Amino acid sequence: MQPQKYWREIPARYRLEGGRCKKCRKAFLPSRLVCDACGSREFEKARFTGTGTVHSFTMIHTPPSGYSGPYVLAIVELDGGPKLTMQIADCGADEAKIGDKVRVEFRKLTQVGDAGVLCYGYKAVLV
Amino acid sequence: MRDVSIVGVGIGHWGELWNDSLRDLAVAASLKAIADAGVDRVDSAVIGCMSSGIFTGQEHLASVLGDYLGRGPLPVTRVESACASGALAFKAGYAEVAAGISDVVLVCGAEKMNDLDGSESTYALGTAADQEYEGYNGATFPGLYAMMALRHMHEFGTTRRQLSLVAVKNHANGLQNPNAQFQMAITPEDVEKSAKVADPLRLLDCSPVTDGAAALILVPTELAKKLAPGGAPVAVRGIGHATDTIALHSRASLTRLRAVEVSAERAYQSAGVKPADIHLAEVHDCFTIAELMAMEALGFAAPGQSGPMVERGETAIGGRIPINPSGGLKSKGHPVGATGVAQILEIVEQLRGQAGGRQVKGAKLGLAQNMGGTGGSSIVTILGA
Repeated sequence: MQPQKYWREIPARYRLEGGRCKKCRKAFLPSRLVCDACGSREFEKARFTGTGTVHSFTMIHTPPSGYSGPYVLAIVELDGGPKLTMQIADCGADEAKIGDKVRVEFRKLTQVGDAGVLCYGYKAVLV
Repeated sequence: MRDVSIVGVGIGHWGELWNDSLRDLAVAASLKAIADAGVDRVDSAVIGCMSSGIFTGQEHLASVLGDYLGRGPLPVTRVESACASGALAFKAGYAEVAAGISDVVLVCGAEKMNDLDGSESTYALGTAADQEYEGYNGATFPGLYAMMALRHMHEFGTTRRQLSLVAVKNHANGLQNPNAQFQMAITPEDVEKSAKVADPLRLLDCSPVTDGAAALILVPTELAKKLAPGGAPVAVRGIGHATDTIALHSRASLTRLRAVEVSAERAYQSAGVKPADIHLAEVHDCFTIAELMAMEALGFAAPGQSGPMVERGETAIGGRIPINPSGGLKSKGHPVGATGVAQILEIVEQLRGQAGGRQVKGAKLGLAQNMGGTGGSSIVTILGA
């Protein structure tokens, strides 16, 4: 992983900093140049609260290279924010269900390259 | 715009083809299609391929195909839209003939997937999702479709058994297809006891990793009348094409395939037909849940009614609307760039009456639906005898 590819995503991945359309208030992570709901190009920075609800989930038994499973993957709807795909950490197969409340935390995702550079981002935990 | 007909088809056996390279597969299918069409020239070619660069290390397929076909200066275009690359190549070839740019166009779809190991090919396929905001967080394609499946079960009461019956039907059909990767019957219990991939999806809910190619020859319908192809010319009645968000989580609903709905509306409109007029369909069953959701998006089933419809046998050969008589991606195999071309090829063989043991009797109007990623792109093609 090249540093610049990692670096530019840090505000979104570390701090859940995205954008909100000034016209229709739709929330995006990452932010965009054009709102897909109303076409506006005016956005304000938004930092999402970090709590949300499980919209759907699965237990991944065959992870991609660099990731060790099994782990629970979910689509989480952030409170006042967008839906996002994230793992639910420390969660067994039968523990999560649709509608569960979660909190988003800063966690290690994977490590890459011969040097084992650590890659961080967001994961959910059940509350 | 000129009317366009398909006059040639070419396909070989699909599977783990260790001895065949990407160029071997593409050229062999193309030569068969040219011979089947009975044409003495090709004016232009389009090749659909998702990711030859990652799967084999080779890009620049335009040059590779022209070169190894032995037709040096032939203009060739390579087209990519993930797993919908094949049907998009068909659309590009169709447009070229319809617009009068070329008269005889070769459309080839090809993918060589078994030059990589399992986790590398999972990565290659994963590039069809949002790499930064799905892949980075550990999403896989089975995982994304699994989350669609769980939502479909939650909202409509779709059952584990209904998913299994999709795979069972497609394997039964594939048993009649000599080119299919898996020619074996399976039971619902086989599906439900197969290895877990991403709950609720198991191994036998998933289409396989496949090497394969397929090719078609397109000409203006006026010219088709002067040729003597291997079967009756089949007319392209309508094509619809649409996109949706790259990330599944950006969609308002996980249980609707909006790009499929819109591309279907456009195809029905351009063909002047409605879902009830269609005699058979090839749909993009990359996972069992995808076939159910495609049936709903294409208007064959009301939202939530696809599972019960499969249970009643309405989508089997001999049923009200046979779906995936070829065996589908599940049994025939899924060389991603080739799939869309092969779906159209199956409809052509069915409308020609050349589908052997899987022939849908009296088929006059068929539909093929090919999509990329989690439905981020979709092409629907309607063909008539």
